[in-house]
Amino acid sequence: MSKTHVTTKVNGDEVEFLCDPRETLLDVLRDRLHLTGAKEGCGTGDCGACSVTVDGRLVCSCLMLGVEAEGKEIGTVEGIAEGETLHPLQQKFIEYAALQCGICTPGILVATKALLEKNPDPTESEVRYWLAGNLCRCTGYDKIIRAVMDTAAEMREAS
Amino acid sequence: MKYYKPATFEEAVALVAGAEGVTRILAGGTDVLVQMRSDIITPDTLIDIKAIPGTHEITRTKDGGWRLGVAVTGAEMSEHPELGRDWPGVVEAMDLIGSTQVQGRATPVGNLCNGSPAADSVPAMIAAGAAVTVTGPEGSREIPVEQIPVGPGKTSLAKGEIITALTLPPRGAQGGDAYLRFIPRTEMDIAVVGCAVNLRLNGDVITEARMVLGAVAPTAVVVHAAADALVGRTLDEDALTALSDLAEASCNPIDDKRGTIKFRTHTAGVLARRAAKIAYSRAKGATA
Repeated sequence: MSKTHVTTKVNGDEVEFLCDPRETLLDVLRDRLHLTGAKEGCGTGDCGACSVTVDGRLVCSCLMLGVEAEGKEIGTVEGIAEGETLHPLQQKFIEYAALQCGICTPGILVATKALLEKNPDPTESEVRYWLAGNLCRCTGYDKIIRAVMDTAAEMREAS
Repeated sequence: MKYYKPATFEEAVALVAGAEGVTRILAGGTDVLVQMRSDIITPDTLIDIKAIPGTHEITRTKDGGWRLGVAVTGAEMSEHPELGRDWPGVVEAMDLIGSTQVQGRATPVGNLCNGSPAADSVPAMIAAGAAVTVTGPEGSREIPVEQIPVGPGKTSLAKGEIITALTLPPRGAQGGDAYLRFIPRTEMDIAVVGCAVNLRLNGDVITEARMVLGAVAPTAVVVHAAADALVGRTLDEDALTALSDLAEASCNPIDDKRGTIKFRTHTAGVLARRAAKIAYSRAKGATA
């Protein structure tokens, strides 16, 4: 099977890789680029643990091929913090204990960051609908929603 | 599997026509990639049409309708400032599919070509009178959306043919459409029943009516008799009862874990009433 050469940007850095056209973007991120933040929960687009942004648009990286990343800008959870400084969402998730096992957390951070960039003042319902495709089997969601609402409020005050 | 990213539809058609074995078109991939992963299909040839110019565009046609490129996503439709004012039912039907993540990739043309009887956008597109441009080695033709699905997972497209555009007709004055579906929870599920209604009024009197049901038969069902039941009258209780009865009579559903025949049939009638009321109020100028 011949491999395809792909040039893309991940978290602002230009990267190149060779991949089989059947490999998903998630496979490429984890196995070729060693960015293991995005997780494979279901592999069928139902759980959101593999959420990344592609040209700013939230997608499941398990439902996109690596070859489709050519010329795109990919954003993963690894690009959310600035060096040692956590993103406000990451700080609030710790403060609120909005995670237990942590498998869903990278996807939820990427998803909620995308939401707050689009809508800095979401209602609780809007947050819940936005996150309908991010499954968490530990928290019961309540702490996650509270962490997101509080982050949004704090980021609005800071801006 | 060979992966191609043609730059034109001519190139894409030549690839499809010349390919051997299993060929799939890749737009949003939200069905194709799931099917590949679960070994339902193993394409020998995968043709990514997203590099073809125009496939991401939503444009007004000269006659006042809309042309949607075949890679236009649900999110792009929902975010468009004018499309949803003309065709709120089509936009809300597409928006019901999957999560935020899925909306970022899924396309109405993919929803159509996947051939699911429960596809949410399909009844709404048919009710709206949408058409697709089908291009093959012999050239292009425009055909109504309702002629594409022929059974679960099956379309009328011949070998070498692909869909190259989706068009919605001009909305015109005093028109309104709506789509409702039943699922046992709030989000992230597949329609147990879906119902689209598209009306045009003259004052309070209905002058045009189209109703289409989803998930109650092997393909979306156009309830042609809905026009006879509604045209020339207002949407009063008798009209709603007639419409609900017609919806129930048009069902030919399966019994499965998501709904029984009896439940699906009853629900089709309920959704017909509710969708008609929404379409009627939109035709009278309501924006919700």
